This record gives sequence, C-alpha cells and structure tokens, in this order.
Amino acid sequence: MLKIENLHAEIDGKKILNGLTLEVAAGEIHAIMGPNGAGKSTLSYVLGGRPGYEVTAGSVEFMGQNLLELEPHERAAAGLFLGFQYPVEIPGVSNVQFLREALNAQRKARGEEPLSGGEFLKLAKAKAGLLKLDMDMLKRHVNVGFSGGEKKRAEMVQMGILDPAFAVLDETDSGLDIDALRIVGEGINTIMRDPAKGVLLITHYQRLLDVVRPDKVSILSQGRIVQTGGPDLALRLEEEGYDAVMADA
Amino acid sequence: MPETDALERPTTRDEAWRYADSAWLAQAPVDWLNHWGTVDVPPGETKHFNAFHSAGPQASGGSVHRTRVHVGAGGRYEHFEINASHIEYSRIELEVTLEEGAHFEFGAVTIGRANARQEFVTRVIHQAPGATSNQVVRAVQGGQSTGNYLGRIEVARDAQKTDAAQNFRAILLDRGASANAKPELEIFADDVKCAHGAAIGQLDQAAAYYMAARGIPPEAARKLLVQAFIADALAAIDDRRIADRMLERALEQLDALTL
Repeated sequence: MLKIENLHAEIDGKKILNGLTLEVAAGEIHAIMGPNGAGKSTLSYVLGGRPGYEVTAGSVEFMGQNLLELEPHERAAAGLFLGFQYPVEIPGVSNVQFLREALNAQRKARGEEPLSGGEFLKLAKAKAGLLKLDMDMLKRHVNVGFSGGEKKRAEMVQMGILDPAFAVLDETDSGLDIDALRIVGEGINTIMRDPAKGVLLITHYQRLLDVVRPDKVSILSQGRIVQTGGPDLALRLEEEGYDAVMADA
Repeated sequence: MPETDALERPTTRDEAWRYADSAWLAQAPVDWLNHWGTVDVPPGETKHFNAFHSAGPQASGGSVHRTRVHVGAGGRYEHFEINASHIEYSRIELEVTLEEGAHFEFGAVTIGRANARQEFVTRVIHQAPGATSNQVVRAVQGGQSTGNYLGRIEVARDAQKTDAAQNFRAILLDRGASANAKPELEIFADDVKCAHGAAIGQLDQAAAYYMAARGIPPEAARKLLVQAFIADALAAIDDRRIADRMLERALEQLDALTL
C-alpha cells in the first residue's frame, strides 16, 4: 500500500531523513520505534505534506499514486490519515462542523454524494460511542479546552468518521493514561484492523503495542530504518534499550 | 452666525482621527463631520442596535457616523455592527456614557478590500459605580485596505467596581493590507477591572494545515477560519437567528475578497 524508497528530507536545511526505505502492505500494522530525534515525527509530516518539510530525494508510492505530488488535502482524499502528536486547537469551529466539512470534501474529491446533516450526526454518534467520547464534546470547538487524552481520543473519532485506507499515527499514545490508552488502542484495532487497510504506528513505548499488536516493528535511527522484525523486536527494545538492540544488529 | 461656522474640522493631527483619510477630511462638509446622533436608554431598559454595511457599487467617497449613547442606571445597550463597505473612508464612532450598574455590549467587524479605510472608534465613559462594558472588534483586511480600532475607556473617580473589557484582533489576508489599534484607558477610580488586548496577524497556519490533513481544501479552510474569527464579535448576540444572519451576510462579503 505504502512504499517509501530512499527518502531524504530536510527542514530549514537540516537533514532529518537519510535514505529511508520502508514498505507497508495491506492488512499490516507496522510499528516504528526509535530514539528521540531519529526522525519519527518528520516521517509522519513528510507523508502528510506539511509545509516546511522538503523532500530532496527518494519516492513515496501510495496505493499506486505518487504521494509526494499530491497536496495535503488530496492525500487525505486519497485515503491517508495523519494522526497528530499535538492535535491543533481551532477556536470558533465545532468538531461537528469541521468533520462534516472534511468528510464531504473527501467524498466530493472521490466523486461521492455528500452526507446530509442527519446522516453525518448518526455516523459521528456511532464513532464517538466506540471511543467513549461524549457527543457533547463533538459539539465543542475543535480540541479547545480538551485534555491531552481527550485530544487523542478525538483524533481517533476523526479517524473513525473519515474511515481512511491508511493511517500514520504519530505518538498517538503520548499523554494518555492507562484507561485512555486501552480505549485508543482498541479504537485503532476496530477502525483499522482490516485486510484492505494499513497502519504506520509511530510510538515510543511497548504499552500501546500490548493493545495494538503490530505485524512488524522497525527501528528508525538517524533518519533511516536500521532494523525490521516481528512484535518481539519491540519487546526486546523495551527490555534492553535501543543501543543494545541496534548494536546487535 | 450659522452654527456650522463654529464647528471645527478634524484633521489627522487629532489623536482620535490619526488614522483617518486626511484628503477626504479636508474636503468633507464640516457639519457632517460634527453631526452626532443620540440614543437614550432609560434606567432599567435595554436597547439593541444591529447594522450591516455591505459593499456598494461605488468605491469612492467617505462616511462618518457618530452616535452619543446615554445608558441610565441598570440599563443595557447592545450594539453590533459589521462594516464591509469599501468606500475610501468609513468611520463609525460611539460615545457611550454609563450610569450606575449599566452595561454596554459592543461587537464590531470590518471586512475590507481594495483601498478601503475602515474604522471603529469608541469612547466608553464609566461615570458611576458598578457599570460594565464588553467590546469585541475583529478586522479582516484584504487588498490594500486598512482596519482601525480606536477604543478609549474612561473611569470616573467614583465609578468603583467598574468592569470594562476591550479586545481587538485583525487578520491581514494580503501583503498590502494593514490594521491599527489604539487602546486607551483613563482610570480615576481604584477598585476597577479593565482588560484590553490587541493582536494583528495572519490566519493560523497550523490550523489551516490541520484542516488540510483532514481533507479540507485550502479555500474552504481559510473560509472556516475567517468565519470563526468573525463569530467572536457576534458571540454576545442573544438572538442566534440575528447572529447567524449577520454572519451569513459577512461570509457573502468575504467571498468577494476571493478568499
């Protein structure tokens, strides 16, 4: 589904990704782990097309398309969802308005009919229930006054409503307590565990991977994938640390 | 001697007119410039005023609207006004005197394009104890337009327990656009609360990217953000139908700014 080859990227002239190669097949949940400053967040922003991140070499193919040629909103319409490490607050715009606008823009880009207000609310209610997020919260302004955990849960509700083919989740587990972690992890399983879908799960910790069992785990270090293995690789990292595991490789 | 002879012609050397269009001021009829409408709110009563100025076909000339408002004890005056006119100079000025326990609620928006110079000017006089005022002004300026807010709050010596708030924010959509803020506080009482804030900037790029990442195209994202920005100034309108109608008309004017 997602095929990244020899990707080089920089921000403000600083090289962050140095020849990253990675492939995620349909039906696969692929975890990316790595020490601070390895380039994990940069990878997610480059995939999401965030302004300021410059790709200097390499290619990214997403479901047969050249991802790097698409504008950020076109990437979303093509089925890519980027889960933010720090979801943005948008005062004055309600979650309902924001998500309905987003979903209908995506549907329009795909040549589908827009959802009516009633149809949308029904869908939103179902997805919010799945993540135990009060519907009243969806009537509030986007992420304004939400706690760290509520923001992450709201991100997952967004993912449920938009129903993407592929999700890049950047440290979705940061700022979550144990209960919220379980709810978010199970949300990922329910929404994205599907033979036709894929997930790139960027995380620091094993604890999310106890709930969302990855099919593959890769270690990102100094802008490159240095090692790929099964779920046991994450367990070894947790026990031994990055230095020890990478030294063995 | 006709009264008009005694009238003074304001110039941009006057503090309260410093951002005005000096060429237009120099030739505008002096009695026009000095004309004040009046509104009297009897004690304990409430008066509302809502107005919308849309962009007319002509883009030259100027206009000055000045109103003196007196709000009796325990009374309430609520004034909401959107100025999307793109004549060269338009000034909307209010001088509000508040008696004991009275309240003044003010929400104003300028939507500018071309060479429009638009300003809201308020002078709120807290003359007696316990009066409150809340003013929210938003400016959305495109083209070479300028949006100004000059807001003066005066608290008299015995106007204890005054609570006055004033907030101005401007968004500049194009390189040539500008905005000026001139908040002034003159406080002679000691037990008062006065808050004021002003900020001039661009649309929130982080929010725009967040919207794009969810599939909202740039034009639609800009529109949503501007709508949210303007809605701040209309948030205190109790009748949501009126607020929605004003917001809707504002958005129509914004479309003309080729957002």
